[in-house]
Amino acid sequence: MASAGAPTAPEKLRMTQSAHSRPGRPRENSVNSEEAATKFRVRRLAAWFGSQQVLHGLDLDISKQRVTAIIGPSGCGKSTFIRCLNRMHELVPSARVGGEVRLDDEDIYGPGVDPVLLRRRVGMVFQKPNPFPSMSIRDNVLAGLRLTHQLARAHANEINEKALRSAALWDEVKDRLDEPGAGLSGGQQQRLCIARALAVEPDVLLMDEPCSALDPIATARIEDLIHTLRERYTIVIVTHNMQQAARVSDRTAFLLTGELVEYAPTDRIFTAPSDKRTEDYITGKFG
Amino acid sequence: MKHTGRRGVVIERLFVALCLGAVIVPLGLLLILFADVLSDAVQRLGWAFLTSFPSRKAALAGVYPAFVGTLYLSFITAGLTLPLGVGAAIYLEEYERRGRLANLIELNIANLAGVPSVIYGLLGLGLFVRIAGMGRSLLAGAATLALLVLPIVIMASREALRTVPLSLREGSYALGATRWQTIRQVVLPMAFPGILTGSILAISRAVGETAPLIVVGALTYVTFLPDSLGAPFTALPIQIFNWVSRPQAEFVLNAAAGIVVLLGTMLALNAAAIFLRNRYQKRTY
Ligand SMILES: Nc1ncnc2c1ncn2[C@@H]1O[C@H](COP(=O)(O)OP(=O)(O)OP(=O)(O)O)[C@@H](O)[C@H]1O
Ligand SMILES: [Mg+2]
Repeated sequence: MASAGAPTAPEKLRMTQSAHSRPGRPRENSVNSEEAATKFRVRRLAAWFGSQQVLHGLDLDISKQRVTAIIGPSGCGKSTFIRCLNRMHELVPSARVGGEVRLDDEDIYGPGVDPVLLRRRVGMVFQKPNPFPSMSIRDNVLAGLRLTHQLARAHANEINEKALRSAALWDEVKDRLDEPGAGLSGGQQQRLCIARALAVEPDVLLMDEPCSALDPIATARIEDLIHTLRERYTIVIVTHNMQQAARVSDRTAFLLTGELVEYAPTDRIFTAPSDKRTEDYITGKFG
Repeated sequence: MKHTGRRGVVIERLFVALCLGAVIVPLGLLLILFADVLSDAVQRLGWAFLTSFPSRKAALAGVYPAFVGTLYLSFITAGLTLPLGVGAAIYLEEYERRGRLANLIELNIANLAGVPSVIYGLLGLGLFVRIAGMGRSLLAGAATLALLVLPIVIMASREALRTVPLSLREGSYALGATRWQTIRQVVLPMAFPGILTGSILAISRAVGETAPLIVVGALTYVTFLPDSLGAPFTALPIQIFNWVSRPQAEFVLNAAAGIVVLLGTMLALNAAAIFLRNRYQKRTY
């Protein structure tokens, strides 16, 4: 089953020319393709809801400043997996986690690790845009800092603009920052949620099907955004859309009923998968 | 098809007529009652009635101390109930949601809401007037009313907290907010209009209660305004009760006018609830 200890040696990550077969998308050739340090080291990760085990011992490494896609049929545990990376899983009553997750070589489930502080380093964007309805656009962006009492008033505007620019939303909302965040379109709301996550300055961005509620144009904008964010952040994205995984990610993990079937460079997964089940899934035979 | 259709229409009409009747009969009765009260009340109502102390002469007697007493009571009751009720609701809803303790408390609260108000009066008499040594004071009266409305305020607040979607709480946690920060800045602002409306409605009902205040020892003939929390007091329902039970017929007019003032006060409180709710809902979209 799982391909433990994914290859992190530089030569294996260096890109084949096929990356350029997608015009206009300089995918695997950015500044830091030389070497990719490991951001998350996941070992024997197991997760339960009550007595139901939904993750069965996952082993994989997630590279720094790379986009890692998680694919798999509905209910296979993709959301659960990424929610274990920022300790959101344990917020569900009766939920439990086993195994080990290391972020920059620190055990995030170790004693003395405050999940609240961890979540400031590992941001998250949800499937359905969830801007705070009682807050303006600006307040939504600053919500993370304000909620945690870290906002220095003098820098508020600066942080706000920077986050909105990073989320490619600034030009669309700069004249109505005081209007309600809930008044934006779905795609804008999702980018607002990305801006909100970025304003806290995390190193990692977890995205759980961020485009599933969006139209193709809004989706394209978010994908472009992922391309630019990749230079500064480690991104883990769950998606049901094979094309999207192929377009945005460097590596892809295929999960099936809570087990890691295959984890390899995205090109390889989509052109020459080594497992029959992966092939069946990406060619649409099931799932 | 046609057959049942025809019968369906008849049944439908009958049902609508019945429902209409169910609306009109009680409303009509209420209106008649109110008109009757109002026709008596107009003979007394006026600025002087609101600003006069009670008197042995019916024509001179007013509701001033009772009116002020009722206003004080409602504000103090609100001040006591809101923090306690909202605090309890937050604990039950956000911290202790699934515990056995929560279930037990929940059952008790539901039952407490159904306990007759005289019982609360007796409790207030024992607990606040005697044991806590508050005497027959404004504070003891308000504390007793607070006990009376607390279960309702807790239930209304829990209901309001429950309407805040999980996705918003998760959004807040994902930004690195603690549980308290999430409750304080995401959950409460959204639940606030509901909490406020439920609480004001409950308090405005309690302000019309007579029994617990009589038991706690509100005075019936007061010629001064309460000047502190420890002062003796009276309230509109008590004053009305007093006038109604007098042998002289002229006092019935005073009672009617008092009823109109009490109704007006309660309506004003309810209107305030609706106003606040609309205002906050506009702010929270
Ligand atoms: N709150 C919960 N309580 C109990 N079981 C849950 C809960 N959330 C998810 N599960 C179960 O855990 C399993 C994995 O769910 P998860 O949400 O991780 O799947 P997923 O791969 O993200 O699916 P989808 O693509 O539909 O979002 C499923 O079998 C689901 O029924
Ligand atoms: Mg999911």
